Amino acid sequence: MDIVVILFLTSGLFLGWSLGANDAANVFGTAVGTRMVRFTTAALVCSIFVILGAVFSGAGAANTLGTLGSVNALAGSFVAALSAAVTVYLMTRLGLPVSTSQAIVGAIIGWNLFSGSITDSNTLFKILGTWVACPLLAGVIAAPLYKITQRVLGWAQFHLLRLDAYTRAALIFAGAFGSYSLGANNIANVMGVFVEVSPFTDFDIGGMVTFTGIQQLFLIGAVAIGVGVFTYSKKVMLTVGTSLVPLSPVAAWVVVIAHSIVLFLFASEGLEYLLASSGLPTIPLVPVSSSQAVVGAVVGIGILKGGKNIDWKILGNIGAGWITTPIISAVVCFVALFFMQNVFNQQVYRETNYSLSSTAMEHLVEKGFPVEDLREIQGNTYRNASIYRAAILERTPLTEAEEAMALRFGEIFYTKITPNKLTKIDREWLGEKRSVALEGLSGRSFMYKWQLAEFLARKNTQWKLLEQTTVNKVYNKQIKSRLDYLYRTFSDAEQPR
Amino acid sequence: MSKTLALFRKTRFLENQIDEFLDCVSESSLVFKGAIKTYLEHGICDDFNASTQQAGELETRGDELRRAIETQLYEQTLIPDLRADVLKLLEDLDNLINITQANCYRFTIETPEIPLEFHSEFMDLTDTVISCVDAVVMSSRAFFRNIEAVRDHNTKVMFYETQADKISSKLKVMAFSSDLPKVEKIHLRYFIERIDELANEAEDIADALAIYTIKRSI
Repeated sequence: MDIVVILFLTSGLFLGWSLGANDAANVFGTAVGTRMVRFTTAALVCSIFVILGAVFSGAGAANTLGTLGSVNALAGSFVAALSAAVTVYLMTRLGLPVSTSQAIVGAIIGWNLFSGSITDSNTLFKILGTWVACPLLAGVIAAPLYKITQRVLGWAQFHLLRLDAYTRAALIFAGAFGSYSLGANNIANVMGVFVEVSPFTDFDIGGMVTFTGIQQLFLIGAVAIGVGVFTYSKKVMLTVGTSLVPLSPVAAWVVVIAHSIVLFLFASEGLEYLLASSGLPTIPLVPVSSSQAVVGAVVGIGILKGGKNIDWKILGNIGAGWITTPIISAVVCFVALFFMQNVFNQQVYRETNYSLSSTAMEHLVEKGFPVEDLREIQGNTYRNASIYRAAILERTPLTEAEEAMALRFGEIFYTKITPNKLTKIDREWLGEKRSVALEGLSGRSFMYKWQLAEFLARKNTQWKLLEQTTVNKVYNKQIKSRLDYLYRTFSDAEQPR
Repeated sequence: MSKTLALFRKTRFLENQIDEFLDCVSESSLVFKGAIKTYLEHGICDDFNASTQQAGELETRGDELRRAIETQLYEQTLIPDLRADVLKLLEDLDNLINITQANCYRFTIETPEIPLEFHSEFMDLTDTVISCVDAVVMSSRAFFRNIEAVRDHNTKVMFYETQADKISSKLKVMAFSSDLPKVEKIHLRYFIERIDELANEAEDIADALAIYTIKRSI
């Protein structure tokens, strides 16, 4: 791998390291701080499960960050991750509560502003909503769970020592679940901005399992988290375990479980699919703050006990953090991108041009899009999404859905299906019928991504995306990842951008 | 997995040791009760000496168990949040065994003269004190297994301790208003106080247990 790629990945790895150093304490802090679990046991369990969670369940929350803004140049990803890390560091130094999730969202918005990309307001509100929901949900889960646990223990009447042994085992189990959830939910913070520019390619293990490029990227991020856990989290764990609200080991277990459930809910694609297929409302997959989930759970138990010991100021600070952290991070990222681009001469974003060609216009007409007022800009090329959108909105008012459609059909991305590149494709992963359909397009060029996708869908229905419902999400994701592979493979860099 | 199973095996062993230790406390109080009864009826005799020896053996066994339990609690870093409380509880309970043993020896060495008219009250005092110790042992067992019952047992401890105070005061009044020589009056008072000491100690343990229980339930 190119040394520059490794260099640029370091900011993500640094962010991962700091996440491991700090957030592992949310999972194992009380257990280690109260000496219920040995640090080495905690660190080992934590590292293993963070890696498993990140690699196998990390994609859901990362996708949402990708929808918010897809950082498309390695140097840009480097700056975004670094800005988030710097923001976390600065706010920690100032003694303000901070969450990596909020910092990275701010950094992505900063990148969007700098690159002229559009921040998807729907996704942004979805993310902001989950930040508020996260501690609330943790509290709502922790309070009854605490009550039930108390009842069960009262009924079971374990010997103090037996209870101690069970609690130790339960703390390790809860810690493993918590670490898995942490990896699944928060790997998006660490490596999410690198997804678009991932230097890794998919490969098969024994022809049975595909280890995707994203999974390889997440594995590296998760290893960085693991290193953070081993090298620095002991100090934080001992501080958290002894200085936070004094909790009995059983109450600590409840807190860890509530925290883990919340992080898992906001990360599990499997659960999302299960809920959707049962006709139930789904939970958005978004990276949330594990520290705030812990605070929410502790407050939930506190309220159950009468609410006397709750420091409401902490809650106020958390609320303020929802606003200040992303703003600071966005500003830091914007300024850093400026320096990276103009002082270090690095490409921090790949210009994405937009144009409404006659083909695109025809397509929009087919979809019932109001194009009459847009004829005068037909054929014009715009430097970025913001200018393109402004040009359209100047002429015709659009609904949010229409706006998204205009952006999708106007984004220029040249591809050329060359016979030479066709020999190198991974037929096994694409599937035989899909590969044959692709070969049928040999020699053809496309101006837009959607064009290639539609031609393929016409050739073979296996390339066709199903209706966008949560139940179809998994299937569509598989098709989309294959299409992304084609875009990367057949990208025609010769064409002007 | 095997490590977890080993942990559960060790836990079971330690639970048994704690139960055995509490048995020692109960047994030693019953031995003391028997010794006083024998002393009042026959003075120093073979049966009394046997009881004293038994009290000594129980004291030794209690010490061994207490040390073994304490060592294991520390070596295996068990119940880290309550370890100090449990150690204090075990030491205080062990002190009850020490007091019963010491009292048996005092009777052997000092052979106090207890006039017949004092016997009934003396036995009453002993019975009440032993009930008090029994209640605190029950309370301690409840602390380990069923904390909700601690309060009930502690209430009994307080009741018996108050009763013991009343009987011992009555006995002291009887002693000092009798025709006994001054020295014997003082000697009697000393033994009344030594027996009552068991109830006072039990009450202190119950007070501490109430606090430990609150800590356990947080």
